[in-house]
Amino acid sequence: MRRHLAPILSRIVIWVPYLWLLALFLVPFFIVFKISLSQTAIAMPPYLPTIDFSEGWAAVRESVSEFSLDNYFWVFGDPLYINAYLSSLKIAAVSTVLALLIGYPLAYGMTRAPESLRSILLMMVILPFWTSFLIRIYAWIGILKPEGLLNQFLLFLGVIDQPLIILNTNTAIYIGIVYSYLPFMVLPLYAALEKMDYSLVEAAQDLGCTPLMAFWKVTFPLSLPGVLAGSMLVFIPAVGEFVVPDLLGGSETLMIGKTLWSEFFANRDWPVASAVAILLLLILVVPIVYFQRVQAKARESEV
Amino acid sequence: MAGSWSRFNIVSLTLGFAFLYLPIVLLVIYSFNESRLVTVWGGFSTRWYGEMFNNRALMSAAWVTARVGFLSATVATVLGTMAAVALTRYSNFRGRLLFSGMAVAPLVMPEVITGLSLLLLFVAIGLDRGFVTVTLAHITFSMCYVAVVVQSRLVSFDRSLEEAAMDLGATPARAFFQVTLPVIAPAVIAGWMLAFTLSLDDLVIARFTSGPGATTLPMRIYSQVRLGVTPEINAISTVLIGIVTFGVITASIFNKRREWRNRQLP
Repeated sequence: MRRHLAPILSRIVIWVPYLWLLALFLVPFFIVFKISLSQTAIAMPPYLPTIDFSEGWAAVRESVSEFSLDNYFWVFGDPLYINAYLSSLKIAAVSTVLALLIGYPLAYGMTRAPESLRSILLMMVILPFWTSFLIRIYAWIGILKPEGLLNQFLLFLGVIDQPLIILNTNTAIYIGIVYSYLPFMVLPLYAALEKMDYSLVEAAQDLGCTPLMAFWKVTFPLSLPGVLAGSMLVFIPAVGEFVVPDLLGGSETLMIGKTLWSEFFANRDWPVASAVAILLLLILVVPIVYFQRVQAKARESEV
Repeated sequence: MAGSWSRFNIVSLTLGFAFLYLPIVLLVIYSFNESRLVTVWGGFSTRWYGEMFNNRALMSAAWVTARVGFLSATVATVLGTMAAVALTRYSNFRGRLLFSGMAVAPLVMPEVITGLSLLLLFVAIGLDRGFVTVTLAHITFSMCYVAVVVQSRLVSFDRSLEEAAMDLGATPARAFFQVTLPVIAPAVIAGWMLAFTLSLDDLVIARFTSGPGATTLPMRIYSQVRLGVTPEINAISTVLIGIVTFGVITASIFNKRREWRNRQLP
């Protein structure tokens, strides 16, 4: 009896989630790609051609022949989009470096803490991650506003005599991205640093390394997998970030996630929004595939 | 080792955690501010909590979010656990590579792309945007998080326990539900909580895939935030932060107890 049941069960276990992901993850990408080749139209849905399989194969073929790369030429021809892509990459890269500079000492300090404290510290890093992203970004508006808490505090101290303009600038975006993605940086770093054998550092110091040199020659190279994983986890989502540039950034800040959003919701140009999405995906494919390789390797080494 | 707990480490921990927590703490403090001007302290008051409960749009959005979160987290947990079992137990079936790729990709996919692609799918198949579509969307991305969490637990699970159960006459299904599931239960519960939180938190994908009548709480908060900072938003944020903090702390205490109890066993 059970020998008969097993194959059916395993088929269900494999195919139900598999088909779900095929239908709701993979197929939608092909639809995005298809629409990126279509033309904008004043209709519902607002693009042409629409493929209607009920009208037979010839009609479908005719629709397909109307596809064009116009939207891609349009995106490449307009410096607005190119600048948005470039500035997204730049903002994501700078934020990743800043997150690493803040996250590394934090993760390092956690691994050096007394063992009884470590799990509490770890939970304290994870807790903000569970708290709403939107709320955490919102909290910064009240702090960074010209009449906000930071300026009030600095004016009170007498450090400045004019309120600083931080909200609606790139600085605010850096703060927002670093703040919201910091746990993603700290956790892999912590995992890498905790596994490390500190007697290696002691050995290096016994052999005459200064603490700084020992860190640079021993600790940092050993934590490199954590550095890479953390950087990818910050960089990849930051490139397509929408909420941070929208709420903290100014009108002059271009980020591709925001461009896609306004192309879709404000201009109602679905084909161009789709082309922007496909190009964004192409930019991110390299880091995403690289990241998955690294993760797969890490999982295999665990087994 | 204790000597290495140096001043530098204490300073970097203090500054790091101050950066992580100060904004949240300030938000909570100012939710008890009497003044309508969010950044001017006008004395302690719980007035905005009252206003928040009387704000019907906010409350109905909260109700929608609770339902979407509960439903999507539950389905995502079932699907995600199945995916985790499939990926750890069956090393070769047709399309395994594609499957494992799809199970991780949504974790790093920019939300704008996921949202746009799901919306275009729903339009293509003629499904009206609303409660159903936003729930389907949330199931899709959160099941991948569940799969990752459960997979990491399954990898270290000793399969001989399950085989022993089957040798003793249990069907594979029974062996799974009576032996494997209780062992991986903490991971499954953690996966459910993660899925629920992700759903509770999501703005971008919901904005694309939801429709009239199914405005979620983040969507409502977002449209109010765009008009400016209001003490009411501080109040509802504080409530949400309180719920999440309570949940996370309870779960970790529960896990600690369990670990401790397991250690007491011979």
